Amino acid sequence: MEITFPLVANAVIAGLLLGGFYAAVSVGVAISFGMLDVVNIAHPAFIILGAYIAYTLNAWLGIDPIVGALVVSPLFFLLGAGVYRIYHLAFESRGRGALPGLAFFFGILFITEVVLILIFGVDYRMVKTSYSELSLHAGSIDFAFRLIVPFIVSVAMVVALHLYLKHTFFGRAVLAVAQDPLALRLMGVNPVRVREVAFALSIATAGIAGAFLIVIQPVQPSIGREYIGLVFAVCVLGGLGSVYGTLVGALILGLAETFTATFFGPSWSPAVSFGLLLLALAFKPTGLFGR
Amino acid sequence: MNPPVKVALSNTRFAILALVVGAVLALGCQFIQNDYFFNAAYTVLLYAILSTAWNILGGYTGYVNFGTAAFFAIGVYSSIVLYKAFHLPLGLLIIAGTVVAGVAGIGLGYLTLRLRGHFFAIATLALAVMLFTFVTNWDYAGGARGAYVLVPREVPFGFPRYIRYLFTVMVGLTVLAIVVARIIERSRFGQGLAAIRDDELAAECAGVPTLRLKLIATAISGGMMGLAGTTFPFFISFVEPVGAFDLRYAVNAIAMPVIGGMTTWLGPLLGAILLGTVQQLVQVTISSAWNLLIVGVLLVGFVTLAPEGIMGWVLAWRARRSKRS
Repeated sequence: MEITFPLVANAVIAGLLLGGFYAAVSVGVAISFGMLDVVNIAHPAFIILGAYIAYTLNAWLGIDPIVGALVVSPLFFLLGAGVYRIYHLAFESRGRGALPGLAFFFGILFITEVVLILIFGVDYRMVKTSYSELSLHAGSIDFAFRLIVPFIVSVAMVVALHLYLKHTFFGRAVLAVAQDPLALRLMGVNPVRVREVAFALSIATAGIAGAFLIVIQPVQPSIGREYIGLVFAVCVLGGLGSVYGTLVGALILGLAETFTATFFGPSWSPAVSFGLLLLALAFKPTGLFGR
Repeated sequence: MNPPVKVALSNTRFAILALVVGAVLALGCQFIQNDYFFNAAYTVLLYAILSTAWNILGGYTGYVNFGTAAFFAIGVYSSIVLYKAFHLPLGLLIIAGTVVAGVAGIGLGYLTLRLRGHFFAIATLALAVMLFTFVTNWDYAGGARGAYVLVPREVPFGFPRYIRYLFTVMVGLTVLAIVVARIIERSRFGQGLAAIRDDELAAECAGVPTLRLKLIATAISGGMMGLAGTTFPFFISFVEPVGAFDLRYAVNAIAMPVIGGMTTWLGPLLGAILLGTVQQLVQVTISSAWNLLIVGVLLVGFVTLAPEGIMGWVLAWRARRSKRS
């Protein structure tokens, strides 16, 4: 294939826009896995759940999927709080370590997927919004609105989360619980409560990211699995627990995927994120910016 | 670990006993007329091998492997490719698939086992998707469209149908897997694995060569999963990547040992027989989606409420009874 300027430029633009969306997908795991050490491999399942809820709201009431997801995000927050409570009671409080917890989240991933299949079937679902078909043109370069809108909202969400964690009392408590839960307890803060809210927050971001997903592409219950490698690759590349690092990792992954899809064909792109993840784990498990 | 109350069988005697039980079972079943029984029984035995294999790493060592489907598919596809290229006999295909999957286990383990346990788990998921993408793009092995495997016309050893022959082979492989698992469980190697599971840092400090033991365990476990896959192309006769990498293998391989109990060889076998049979019945009577829902709910239920599994209940009941007497 001939490498032309428009081809490369389009791949860069599409990769960056996709990367913004990947940041929204991964930032929840940066909180749950990176800060709380809860290996929530069911995170993508909550994203798919969010996509289907946005789809249903859109089909029933005609609400824009992203607005709909923001409206129902408190429900995802409560769902996350509930899941964390069960996890805490069954695993953390009994000191059973993270590994049985992995099986727990794997089961949740599976149950969510099967329930969605039982309700919606295995057909691909999609949402038509007012901006789905529109795009900006600058010379030979396209900017599709179905990528731009999720990009803007997700970058805004990531920046807001970063500011919240860095500059509010509660956000600092989350960062503190990641470093030293005992010290937090001595300061008179209940670490379990802090962790519960932080985990709930991470699931709320999953619900919103689900709406982005269904704006960008058609959704089917089992595509969540493809995102497991992606979210962990982004988090490991970005350095665990760093919100801005997650954003950088997501942009890198978005670029890597679109370049692979452009030059080798889209059937190879799922291997990119997992390949990068394996490489990162093997050679630089502390992330790009880690020591 | 609890010391055995009665004098336990030696490895040789256990192996002979297991062989005799397997032979009686395999021969006895030949009197069953319904061929569907052999299809169902093959699947249950397949799960018995997969969950026994998963348990060597997951139960004995405490490292969770989500990539059962990847190792299984390595076995499946090595059989397809070698059969297509050289028409090797089934025995050699079984050995080849096992070796390839075992080597893949060593490779993956070498890359990720030095990190904390959950990175290994995530990497196994990654391996499954990578291999899936690779196989989908590999035209010789059928690619995304899938590959047909012609079942040999004459059935060896005078079995009336090929599925009966495959079933008998599968009984043999299951016996092999269980004997290997029990030997590991009772060896110094197995004690080393148990030490890693209980406290890896302490084991390392006490001089247990943790990395080497984990690598060996990953190789044996992965190889055994490959072993389970080697006969699969002849069972199903049409293999496509989505089916070979189906997540149900990964979920069942975890759910069965968790439900049966993860500390002994009997747990995964028990879990596979119970859960495998239930699934075969549900699949026929209701639907395969419900089937998977049941597995998922049982997995979450057992892992949160009864982490010791069914064997845990049995052992607790036995301990209570022996205290009373």
